[in-house]
Amino acid sequence: MDDLNDLYQDIILSHNKRPKNEGILEPCDCQAEGYNPLCGDRITVYVRQNESLLEKVQFLGEGCAISRASASMMTSQVVGLDQEAAEAKIAEVVALLLQEEEPEVDLAVHGDLAALLGVRKFPARIKCATLAWHALGAALRGEGKHEA
Amino acid sequence: MHTTSIPTAFDVTAVRSDFPILDREVHGKPLVYLDNAATAQKPQAVIDAVSHFYAHENANIHRGVHTLSVEATQRYDAARARIAQAIGAPEAREVIFVRGATEAINLVAQCFLKDQLAPGDEILVTQMEHHANIVPWQLVAREKGATVRAAPISDAGEIDLAAYESALNKRTRMVAFGHISNVLGTINPVAEMVRLAKARGIPILIDGAQAVPHGPVNVAALECDFYTFSGHKVFGPDGIGVLYGKADLLNAMPPYQGGGDMIERVRIDESTYRSIPERFEAGTPNISAALGLAAAFDYLESVGWEAIHTQEQAVLQAAMSGLHDMKGVTVYGPQAPRAAVVSFALQGVHPHDIGTFLDQDGVAIRVGHHCAQPLMDRLGVPATTRASFAFYNTAEEVEVFLRSLKKVQGFFS
Repeated sequence: MDDLNDLYQDIILSHNKRPKNEGILEPCDCQAEGYNPLCGDRITVYVRQNESLLEKVQFLGEGCAISRASASMMTSQVVGLDQEAAEAKIAEVVALLLQEEEPEVDLAVHGDLAALLGVRKFPARIKCATLAWHALGAALRGEGKHEA
Repeated sequence: MHTTSIPTAFDVTAVRSDFPILDREVHGKPLVYLDNAATAQKPQAVIDAVSHFYAHENANIHRGVHTLSVEATQRYDAARARIAQAIGAPEAREVIFVRGATEAINLVAQCFLKDQLAPGDEILVTQMEHHANIVPWQLVAREKGATVRAAPISDAGEIDLAAYESALNKRTRMVAFGHISNVLGTINPVAEMVRLAKARGIPILIDGAQAVPHGPVNVAALECDFYTFSGHKVFGPDGIGVLYGKADLLNAMPPYQGGGDMIERVRIDESTYRSIPERFEAGTPNISAALGLAAAFDYLESVGWEAIHTQEQAVLQAAMSGLHDMKGVTVYGPQAPRAAVVSFALQGVHPHDIGTFLDQDGVAIRVGHHCAQPLMDRLGVPATTRASFAFYNTAEEVEVFLRSLKKVQGFFS
């Protein structure tokens, strides 16, 4: 149960039950759908920009607790960043989830995201955690779609 | 494990000991394997048939005059005859070895149907098909300007026969449907579906991937033109499957792939082809897997189809009634009759989260769209959770599964 409790920490469960910034964002400047063809889950990420900064990010879609919690966390973590910083944040999160060596986690830096790292022990579920982040990247690059 | 709660026609403990993998533990718990519709586990008899071939008999077939090659050829031909007998094919040459049901359906789409298709023609499938019985038809339809249509199913997950009949028309060039649904466990009224198509002269393919593991199939009695299944779902090896087709139809079809073994005479500018079954078996086939598949049928028949059916249905009923007693559970598909497969939803919990939790308790189930996205659309869900049973499963295993499911429910409530 220890690994399971790491995966489904209270933070994850509460983001899943009461996600932040869930719903279609209108108007928005760009959006993209993240789709995992293996499981059929889809999450659309909407971005409103103010000048070059991400002003508001929302998501809507079908997904498991991990993908919903990850999307919910993401929507607050990237607000206020410019495109370059947002892309760097996406790369950082994806690396934290995928890198071989155990990442050093600083709660002050990573906040709720630290809770997401429990998924590292469940290789079949890592794509659930990265789906929304990849969708955000696709939206910012004007690609409209990311396939996991 | 004792099995007093299920009236069994055989000793399930003895049967379980035929399957070495069932002894294994997962996350420190005994494996409870309920993903049989994805692939079935292999009895020692099948494992032995494959390894015995490599240890003692390995040679290429139809090639040499040396003893090993002659023996391998005889064994391969005997495997074909054994499988033909098991599925009621009138002639052994009507059994074509392919990689699996997917390849079998692609072969029929490309070699039987494509040349007959004209713009505006139709291929009829059903809403409950596996992607393997949809996409191969789409490939040829797109090339020829034809359309794939789906006969609708009811809310209970059963084919709407009236709608199926009215979908058959002058433009329908092929009808293809599953014998048993891999998601719902629905046993289709195949005799009636065949009759309605035949009355209009439309060729029929039945995808038997989920039917052959659960009971004796007789392709001649079904009167279909083609019948397909995969070896790995019938407790045999992977990489082997069967396309049954009527000899006159198969012999009129062009080859699927070119190469050795399928030719009569090759010149640089032109070749002539052998007749069936070799015409459709270019290159060295999966000889060991063919022997393994024949051994699987030997094994299944030694256990006995009636005993298999009794045990599977007892386990299925235990699971169904346990699920019905749980709050917040929706079971998809017909109540009865159904094959030993049950797909369901647990309110408020995504199937992936269920799958991860159950895995921690050693319970292997399938979560996702089950390669049946049009069916998921029809049910209005992105994914389901599916438990699928074999005759080596027990009532005790169903209890472990249900207990684990209740734990998930408690966790997420």
